[in-house]
Amino acid sequence: MAEAGHSQAPVSSLKHHFDDMEQQQAASTLGMWVFLATEVLFFGGALTVYAVYRLVYPAAFSAASNHLDVRIGAVNTVVLIGSSLTMAIAVWSARRNGPRSTRMLVGSLAMTALLGSVFLAIKATEYSAKLAAGLFPGPAFRFPGAHARPAELFYSLYFVLTGLHALHLAIGIGVVAVVAARAARGRYDLEYHGPVEITGLYWHFVDVVWIFLFPLLYLVGRGG
Amino acid sequence: MSAESYLASPRGVRSWLLTTDHKRIAILYLVSVTLFFFLGSAFAVAIRLELLTPAGDAVQADTYGRLFTMHGVVMIFFFLIPAIPTVLGNFLVPMMIGARDLAFPRLNLLSWYVYVLGASISLWAIVHGGVDTGWTFYTPFSTTYSNGAVVTTGIGVFITGFSSILTGLNFIVTIHRMRAPGLGWYRLPLFIWAHYATSLMMVLGTPVIAMTLLLVVAERALGLGIFDPARGGDPILFQHLFWFYSHPAVYIMVLPAMGVISELVTAFAKKNIFGYRFVAWASIAIAVLGFFVWGHHMFVSGQSAYAGMVFSALSFLVAVPSAIKVFNWTATLYRGSVSFRTPMLYAFGFIGLFTIGGLTGLFLSALGLDVHVHDTYFVVAHFHYIMVGGTIMAFLGGLHYWWPKISGSSYPEGWARFSALVIFVGFNLTFFPQFLLGYLGMPRRYHAYPPELQVLNVMSSAGASILGVGYLIPMVYLFWSMRYGARVAANPWGASGLEWTTPSPPPTCNFETTPVVTQDPYTYSSEEAQVVG
Ligand SMILES: [Cu+2]
Repeated sequence: MAEAGHSQAPVSSLKHHFDDMEQQQAASTLGMWVFLATEVLFFGGALTVYAVYRLVYPAAFSAASNHLDVRIGAVNTVVLIGSSLTMAIAVWSARRNGPRSTRMLVGSLAMTALLGSVFLAIKATEYSAKLAAGLFPGPAFRFPGAHARPAELFYSLYFVLTGLHALHLAIGIGVVAVVAARAARGRYDLEYHGPVEITGLYWHFVDVVWIFLFPLLYLVGRGG
Repeated sequence: MSAESYLASPRGVRSWLLTTDHKRIAILYLVSVTLFFFLGSAFAVAIRLELLTPAGDAVQADTYGRLFTMHGVVMIFFFLIPAIPTVLGNFLVPMMIGARDLAFPRLNLLSWYVYVLGASISLWAIVHGGVDTGWTFYTPFSTTYSNGAVVTTGIGVFITGFSSILTGLNFIVTIHRMRAPGLGWYRLPLFIWAHYATSLMMVLGTPVIAMTLLLVVAERALGLGIFDPARGGDPILFQHLFWFYSHPAVYIMVLPAMGVISELVTAFAKKNIFGYRFVAWASIAIAVLGFFVWGHHMFVSGQSAYAGMVFSALSFLVAVPSAIKVFNWTATLYRGSVSFRTPMLYAFGFIGLFTIGGLTGLFLSALGLDVHVHDTYFVVAHFHYIMVGGTIMAFLGGLHYWWPKISGSSYPEGWARFSALVIFVGFNLTFFPQFLLGYLGMPRRYHAYPPELQVLNVMSSAGASILGVGYLIPMVYLFWSMRYGARVAANPWGASGLEWTTPSPPPTCNFETTPVVTQDPYTYSSEEAQVVG
């Protein structure tokens, strides 16, 4: 099986230090999972800070959260879930041979990158509205009512968490674009499609981060 | 056909800077961490000079703050944490498991460049004013009041963290996926178990300090308020996050060292390790428990008394796996044919000094006693016994043990034994008086002290100069040996381990044919049994 894989796949696909494609694929998948474990702890640090302050200042966090636009957040959630769907289609078609699945692979990757960019564009308009409203922490921060100081903590976390998420997404878009370009040259097939798979893992992870951020940031104060 | 050694071909600076060979990357790391070791030592020299006299005369308080901060930052982040994994680990992990390279060779090279970038940024910060926060970057001093280059240093350390993560990731995947046929987990050398446990901590701990430093940088540079008490933020929360990484970081420094010691003790006692599985699992136990003891740094920081009790109990618990290792090494020596070669001298040094460091750690885990010695030289002495007496001893021991493999030549044994002795004496003279100073109440991080403490401080400074000489000697003769040392055979120590089955120095591909493993990692005792039987 591995022997056959070696002779069919392009010579450059199997790196010299692996015995066969199977081992190479298993290594890169495990590598991505370990990396995602790192990412969980990375975001976990900031989410711990969030958890502590929300416990200490529940009312202020609700009040601050009410100044975020739930509709924008919801639209962006739908956009990202859509991109996860197209990413899943990309991974599915990467595992198949033939020109039709290659077209499908390239198309779905392009769609994924496009949806990611839409998310970032919406996020950018949202950021500029928040800046205009004086909600960026610092000397210019303005917040009506009694909760001004803890509200500044909330918005500090808001910008850190969504900013880092956006950065991850931007990197993801770049990687998807590179993978799409390679896919267009027919680089991936049944035998060799590891890069598409691990890009997919990364992309879904970035989506899941947003699935946590959306309720934590936008929906805190909506309980009634 | 016998392939050329990894040192000989290909030639040229370019081939070194773009290499993906784990052995060459280990050499790149060896050069860079050694540079930073001597930079960190330079700060230590300045500190010990200032402390020669009770008056704060050689440097001002502000300068002194920068000196000990940069000593700590450089030594911890740019030497102690990377030293053993990136040099010995990089070189040996693939060789010990019969692989041709790490799973991700290009990522390995990238991790070196990331290290160089992070280190250069921090170096830039050092040159442009330095930092005065202590290596702990405590808020709100670091975020609000410090007038040092906190942002640049923070970014430098943040970036270097990723080189650590990449190394850990590479090791984990390599150990899982690249083992030679027949090499089951319980046939792995204990060096590999130790590096596996270390990698887990690197991968799970480092991202937390990365986030924490990022928050500090964001607060200082962008005006966000995360830990700012003026805006309701909690500086103690910073300490929790910081120590969540930085306590495990101690084990990131000392676990690989323990892995080295397991190899040295077996090779020079010519005996199989006593209780292999206990030593192996002790590494994992240390890695797991190490994540749940961080609060022992905060007994006097206003953490709740109940949290203090739990952290105290857990800190006592983490001593158990460490003690298992020490006992098992000692039991390995029992009835072994012990030879006192240089690596073994370092191993003995490690066992003794680590034990003192570990036992004084128990003093510090005790809630009541910690209140007395917290933030005194007792703490300084304790962690130098672990980090210098432990990690650096093991690093030097390992470097000597595998030097014939790495360089293909033997080092001068007489000089090496001499310098090991100088280091041991210098180390104890430097740091043992600090236990006494701390117990007498001398606080750390001050540039002046009461005159009655001068004798002990002079002893410490004198010891430091002896220690410095001890470190310079190996530097010289190891360099010398690369050119003039006698060539060595594949296995000059008669040691077991796949790395010794390759030529010294090994060819780029490590193994001409993938080895098939049919026996346990340490085969010393069976040989002996055959001789006796
Ligand atoms: Cu600790």
